[in-house]
Amino acid sequence: MFREITLGQYYPADSVLHRLDPRVKLFATLIYIIVLFIAEKPIPFLVITAALIAVIVMSKVPFSYMVRGLRGIVMLLVIAGVFNLFMTPGIVVYKIGPFEISDIGLKNAIIMVVRMVYLIIGTSLMTLTTTPNQLTDGLERSLRPLSRLGAPVHEISMMMSIALRFIPILVEETDKIMKAQMARGADFESGGLITRAKAMVPILVPLFVSAFRRASDLAMAMEARCYHGGEGRTKMKPLTYKASDRVAYVLIMAFLVAVAVLSLI
Amino acid sequence: MKSMINAKQLTHEFFRRDEEGNVEGISVALDHVDLDVAPGAFIAILGHNGSGKSTLAKHINALLTPSEGTLLVDGMDVSDPERTLSIRESAGMVFQNPDNQIIATVVEEDVGFGPENMGIPTDEIWQRVESALKGVGMWKYREHSPNRLSGGQKQRVAIAGVMAMEPKCIILDEPTAMLDPGGRAEVLQVAHELNRKKGITIILITHYMEEVVDADYVYVMEKGHIIMDGTPREIFSRVDDLIAHRLTVPQITLLAHRLKAAGLDIPEGILTREELIKALCP
Ligand SMILES: Nc1ncnc2c1ncn2[C@@H]1O[C@H](COP(=O)(O)OP(=O)(O)O)[C@@H](O)[C@H]1O
Ligand SMILES: [Mg+2]
Repeated sequence: MFREITLGQYYPADSVLHRLDPRVKLFATLIYIIVLFIAEKPIPFLVITAALIAVIVMSKVPFSYMVRGLRGIVMLLVIAGVFNLFMTPGIVVYKIGPFEISDIGLKNAIIMVVRMVYLIIGTSLMTLTTTPNQLTDGLERSLRPLSRLGAPVHEISMMMSIALRFIPILVEETDKIMKAQMARGADFESGGLITRAKAMVPILVPLFVSAFRRASDLAMAMEARCYHGGEGRTKMKPLTYKASDRVAYVLIMAFLVAVAVLSLI
Repeated sequence: MKSMINAKQLTHEFFRRDEEGNVEGISVALDHVDLDVAPGAFIAILGHNGSGKSTLAKHINALLTPSEGTLLVDGMDVSDPERTLSIRESAGMVFQNPDNQIIATVVEEDVGFGPENMGIPTDEIWQRVESALKGVGMWKYREHSPNRLSGGQKQRVAIAGVMAMEPKCIILDEPTAMLDPGGRAEVLQVAHELNRKKGITIILITHYMEEVVDADYVYVMEKGHIIMDGTPREIFSRVDDLIAHRLTVPQITLLAHRLKAAGLDIPEGILTREELIKALCP
């Protein structure tokens, strides 16, 4: 049951988007989120839609992969949409029984749903075209200025990449432990919430014991290979900007300005 | 010649503590051990679980410091905190569990991890990664995820990870304990090749008797002591001693020993089938 989880939903392909520096993609995602929240009128949304479609086409990732992320939030979308629709006061435009839909409610509901859908599609575009490693590397480099203020940037990115390495191993181990318990008659599927939660205890205990042992082994293995924090460390795959990355930065800023201006007029 | 590893009266005590942190008892994991390894040698250390083999290995890598006695690695004292990183650069370590020592999600990045920590320039890291991966025969897997490799392949990647640091000595702490026979053979072959072709000093820790047959020198440990040392032939000539210490003897050696005890005129310490055949039909 756990094998279906694939971590980091990277979709390997050879596209302009795949080749972009991860820092550019992180920056673009940030700008994209800001832009989504600036935009309120139809014209800016049209610009965003056009940009989104262009990027989707460039990414060479099948559209179905981006929509996949939406399945998880369908309920959230429905609830948020319904609340906005019926609970916002304003001039009533529709009446369904005791429920009233106001003009502002209608507008808010549409903006809300479009924003969330666009947000999911846009962010999954980034994770689909960037390997988890590039992502942590990009994050480390982008946040490096913060380390001067004492933020443990290198440590956090090291933790993230180690988590990426060990999550599949621990998932497999969980699977093994569950099968071992099932072979001894454990039942994880029936009973109420509390019964099922109790049934998980015999899985979690050995899993934690093993995770702690692995952590201490790994710490020792890292030390043995001269790991002593981020200081004085060189990079095997350093991030360097190419011409296409600079062009991308210009386009992203132009996009931000365009949407901001169109939202004001 | 200067020795690669030199231990004099090396002792290590672990303190067992109760919940308040008071010392409850002391377990002596290494008890006045003397050991000397020449550069370029292939040494094996044998012993049951808990005999102190890993504790010794961790000292050589400066992961533990001696409670008593001295240990010099390539002339550097492991008790000197200033030399810790240099010691780890000259003496690399491969651990038992292949999963818990691979750090990166891609094979080549894992091999590059040590050189990155040492501050090696990017171009040279790539050269080292290439030659290390080729040296263990894993170059074509460089872009794979370690999770999809077999145990023997993972251990070879771990060895490459140490090789890329260009150490003078590699300590392998039961590298084959979690592998199937095929994986064990792969790892041993790589260790012997590095020793022969690159002149790297190898210290192989194991509890499989068959694995020490090709070593230059063997130490046998029990309860923190070195109870026997000598060439494999000397060690295996003492079949009765080995059995008294509950150590298994390679089948051929045991067979030859029994034949000799039964009255046949053959020498002690026969290690291979060929030797036995030669001794039986001269
Ligand atoms: N971290 C530790 N704390 C306390 N005792 C330990 C620790 N590590 C090892 N020991 C003890 O030291 C002895 C030697 O252990 P070890 O060197 O791991 O043996 P080996 O590798 O030969 O199996 C054992 O008795 C073990 O219980
Ligand atoms: Mg051990």
